[in-house]
Amino acid sequence: MLHLSPRTQKLVIPYLFLLPAIGLFLVFMVYPLLKGLQISFYHFSIVPTRPSTFVGLKNYLEAFQDPVVGTAIINTLIYTLVTVPAQMILAMLAALLIYSVTHGKVFFRAIYYTPVITSWVIVSLLFLYLFQSPVGLINYFLVDVFHFTSQPIAWLEQASTAMIPITLLGIWKGIGWSMIIYLAALTGIPNELLEAASIDGANSWQRFWGVTLPLIGPTVVFTLVLLLIGGFNVFISVYLITNGGPMQTTEVMLSYMYHQAFEYIDFGYAAALSFLLAAIIVTMSVLQLKLLRRPQETY
Amino acid sequence: MDWIRSLYRKSPIYLVLVAGAVVMVFPFIWMISVSLKPHTFTIVIPPQLIPSDASLANYIEAWTANNFQLYFRNSAFVAVLSTFLSVFVSAMAAYAFARFKFPGREVFFYTLLAVMMVPTTIVIVPQFFLMKYLGLRNSLWGLILIYTSTSLSLNIFLLRGFFEQLPHELEEAVLIDGGNYLTIFTRIVLPLSAPALATVAIFSFMAFWDEFIMALTFIDDPTKRTLPIAIALFQGQHGTAWGLVFAASIIALVPVVIFFLTLQRYFVNGLTTGAFKG
Repeated sequence: MLHLSPRTQKLVIPYLFLLPAIGLFLVFMVYPLLKGLQISFYHFSIVPTRPSTFVGLKNYLEAFQDPVVGTAIINTLIYTLVTVPAQMILAMLAALLIYSVTHGKVFFRAIYYTPVITSWVIVSLLFLYLFQSPVGLINYFLVDVFHFTSQPIAWLEQASTAMIPITLLGIWKGIGWSMIIYLAALTGIPNELLEAASIDGANSWQRFWGVTLPLIGPTVVFTLVLLLIGGFNVFISVYLITNGGPMQTTEVMLSYMYHQAFEYIDFGYAAALSFLLAAIIVTMSVLQLKLLRRPQETY
Repeated sequence: MDWIRSLYRKSPIYLVLVAGAVVMVFPFIWMISVSLKPHTFTIVIPPQLIPSDASLANYIEAWTANNFQLYFRNSAFVAVLSTFLSVFVSAMAAYAFARFKFPGREVFFYTLLAVMMVPTTIVIVPQFFLMKYLGLRNSLWGLILIYTSTSLSLNIFLLRGFFEQLPHELEEAVLIDGGNYLTIFTRIVLPLSAPALATVAIFSFMAFWDEFIMALTFIDDPTKRTLPIAIALFQGQHGTAWGLVFAASIIALVPVVIFFLTLQRYFVNGLTTGAFKG
């Protein structure tokens, strides 16, 4: 390396630094992506002696007619559209309140962040336990303490309520993540700006919309993009709390894909479902970036 | 007495914060309570928050039960090595992206970004075949390689943002003194980036320690299981023995809490000094 001229060094060295990352990335991420795309066009045979048969777009066409795919897409969409705004609003509220107090900042930050650092497996089992019927703790509160209902609710056994514990878990677990990012952003706002707005007679509501929010706008967009991707990624909570039941009514895109692959052993169909989900996410992300970038450029 | 006055003036705010904190922490308190009850098969109405016959029996049973310590070691091995590997490999790549102009730079970087947007679970099927083909099914090293690979996009993205803000002058001084780029990287860039590296390490360690889907799919051998799999199966096998399940869960939480508390100073600094502003 030392014998090379500085010019050659400058040209070769970045590739040496990149080599391990690119190598791992190509083998374990890019190759599977391409291989998955290929599998999605095949009726995939798991018997080594029988070749897989090319079926073209059959797996994709089948997906469009599969009623469970419709259910899974709707469940995934509702989950995302409910949990993302709820997390952002509650996280913003928590961040503003914690920022405004002088005592216990660190304490509250830690408490609100606890669900974030707890694994999905543990909190899913915890919610499974809390929402049990008839003797779960939630039912105890609803029936015996607050008397909201006279009968315990069979949360996980009926289609109309089974997504509720999963959705509440998504909100509860995620608030702390956005909160800590918003808090970091709020700390970066110069105090003079807020004081100047106060002197001009702006109340705290006006200060938030007029000063704080525009200044931390990019951070809010950042959390929005990642939370939406996270919402479409919902899987472990569904897998452990309802496993898609009752009667496949709580399947989400990833859980249905996983069931098709590793329970029904239909790898070609599962791969096609994967790429449908990927297409939805990429379209959504590109649209978002297009829509949300514009106002920033006008500053 | 000023602080009392300030507490009083802001009491509505504190009230809301405390209410929120109760919602956040109550499920955990309940989990601890259940884990301390030796007879969780019997259902007590009304439920007791503070068990009358509290004992550590569930913890002892979970810790000594079928292979639990082995699962704990497996998880520690996979999570620690993957974290080191991921942080080091990501830092090298991020350095190349932050400091050099080279053909293919944009293509590589935007490929990384594009993959970051897509959930890694969608490649679980082809990855399953790849692991089988490479003889890496039922291998902890296989998990380490695949965990590292799936974390690269985000970590490179975060570290590149941080490296770009480091001053160039020191690096130029090293070159003039006859040092090479490897010296710059290990002696200057890495030490100066401790907060960013710690942030990335925390996120990576937590993700690896908790990872469920890939471990569930690629590992069949019961002696190679990691903790999340063991706990989920534990619940499946022991059905209503929630005290045991939660005792095992709380033991699994300990390393994450320790790791987080020791590095959180760096972590908050990393957040505010731009790791996230990339």
